[in-house]
Amino acid sequence: MTAPARVAENERPAAAEALDVERLRASFPILDQEVHGHPLVYLDNAASSQRPEAVIEAVSDCYRTYYSNAHRGVHALSERSTDEYEAARGKVARFVGAARSSELVFTRGTTESLNLVAQSYARPRLRPGDEVLLTEMEHHSNIVPWQLVCEQTGARVRAAPITDDGDLDLAAMAGLVGERTRVVALAHVSNALGTVNDVAAIARLVRDRSEAAVVVDGAQAVPHMKVDVSALGCDFYAFSGHKMYGPGGVGALWGRGALLAAMPPYHGGGAMITRVTFERSEYTVPPHRFEAGTPSIAPAIGLGVAVEFLESIGLERIERHEQALLSHSLEQLNDLPWVQVLGQPRDGGSPRAAVVSLVIDGAHPHDVATILDEQGIAIRAGHHCAQPLMERLGVPATVRASFGMYNTHEEVDRLVSGLHEVRRIFG
Amino acid sequence: MSDLRDLYQQVILDHYRAPRNFGALEPVSACAEGYNPLCGDQVKVYLRMDGDRVEGLTFEGVGCAISTASASLMTEAVRGLERPQAEALIASFLALMTGDGNGAAGADLGKLEVLSGVKDYPVRIKCATLAWHALRAALEGGDSEAVTTE
Repeated sequence: MTAPARVAENERPAAAEALDVERLRASFPILDQEVHGHPLVYLDNAASSQRPEAVIEAVSDCYRTYYSNAHRGVHALSERSTDEYEAARGKVARFVGAARSSELVFTRGTTESLNLVAQSYARPRLRPGDEVLLTEMEHHSNIVPWQLVCEQTGARVRAAPITDDGDLDLAAMAGLVGERTRVVALAHVSNALGTVNDVAAIARLVRDRSEAAVVVDGAQAVPHMKVDVSALGCDFYAFSGHKMYGPGGVGALWGRGALLAAMPPYHGGGAMITRVTFERSEYTVPPHRFEAGTPSIAPAIGLGVAVEFLESIGLERIERHEQALLSHSLEQLNDLPWVQVLGQPRDGGSPRAAVVSLVIDGAHPHDVATILDEQGIAIRAGHHCAQPLMERLGVPATVRASFGMYNTHEEVDRLVSGLHEVRRIFG
Repeated sequence: MSDLRDLYQQVILDHYRAPRNFGALEPVSACAEGYNPLCGDQVKVYLRMDGDRVEGLTFEGVGCAISTASASLMTEAVRGLERPQAEALIASFLALMTGDGNGAAGADLGKLEVLSGVKDYPVRIKCATLAWHALRAALEGGDSEAVTTE
């Protein structure tokens, strides 16, 4: 039994080593600065992460040396841009475990990916009385597109409940999946609580009870854990470049090839057709059918470099490091009687990704954010675009610290001492 | 760097912890709601006029220290004023927050000066002005739509 394990370790020696965070931080130029006279502590990664030099350089290199429109020209620059753009698609597709790169559509981000599924997959299928099942922990971007398509079709949105601990209530969810359920859309990881939903188990649960498609908002999962869409058993998986150390303005939708092939276009325009007359147009095959107009070429190429960067470090190592940060922060925060961490992990419950959401007795999250900012600590205060979740938790807003691979234990300590300063002022 | 203690002065913390004139008002001449979609802060202002005089003014809602204290201080400052004075005070306060000296001509801000530290924190100015925008809407006869800071 020990021999195979040793072989596996030898194959990936890097995975066993701890993350060299100081070396990693040197790859992120933005981290080396002071804010209000203090070294920056960036704990707003769930809103948007920072980019390593390699990604910045790749985007810059594209614009400096070979940028042109892709899929258009026969000239040398266009050919190079097309090659790099399609190579990036292949890298991102492999990164999430897609069987074919044609199943990977570049979009502007998770929001556009989810709107695409709502309009091109769901809209033609939904009938009055049909149901789209969401969960109480969804981000607005996985609620509003479904409300729009339900208004258009007469279908209705339902929401699976969460427990008081912030886990999805799977038994209750199972009871809500039935023959009218056409779509089940859920976050892989909650942006507000960090709850990691067991997508594979939920996909099985859905398949046992319905024909519904399983649509996953993976924006908060992809930068923090190894994602393999074929193992998850879902039908669509959406994510954003800017949360995974890549450029803004680009994201992706993975969809099962057979489903994508049967879907009408989302936007009409150039590059998504084979033939256009004023009477009718014929649409090209996926993924280009869903990429009308000139895409975000340089950002997509940058995203390809971002996934190479993540792979070079290793998602397992990143996850281990971030879990250590999470434990370190929970140990300290749970010792403070005036801090309440919302939806923190329980034994036997769902795991959490690198997010801590908290409230402080007698101090509104917005005031906490200002006081932390004065100490150079960037966190998010507010409803985190998850107002139904805030209502469920009975709070108007929370303070959210979200970790990335470059955060340190010392930064967690800075956060905790920053909260003590809040306590001193608001006492 | 601005000193946080200029922002969170004792008067502000006091009005945050124990807001004055908090709650609904009955009967009422006009109500108006303010909503900040960025942070979710909500305030509802209740106004009772006696002729042209602000006879009663209360508020309720959930918000941060700055928005709550600003609303509380506002009710104290505006109650009893004639409409033109109230409108001038609103203009002066909003001018103080936006640093627009031209609009400040007129009303003496008095105790409201404790909020002047907010102007050094641009993202927080909307917290301080939320209730004031709602009051202005109420004075104009109330509004079925919430005024927002956006």
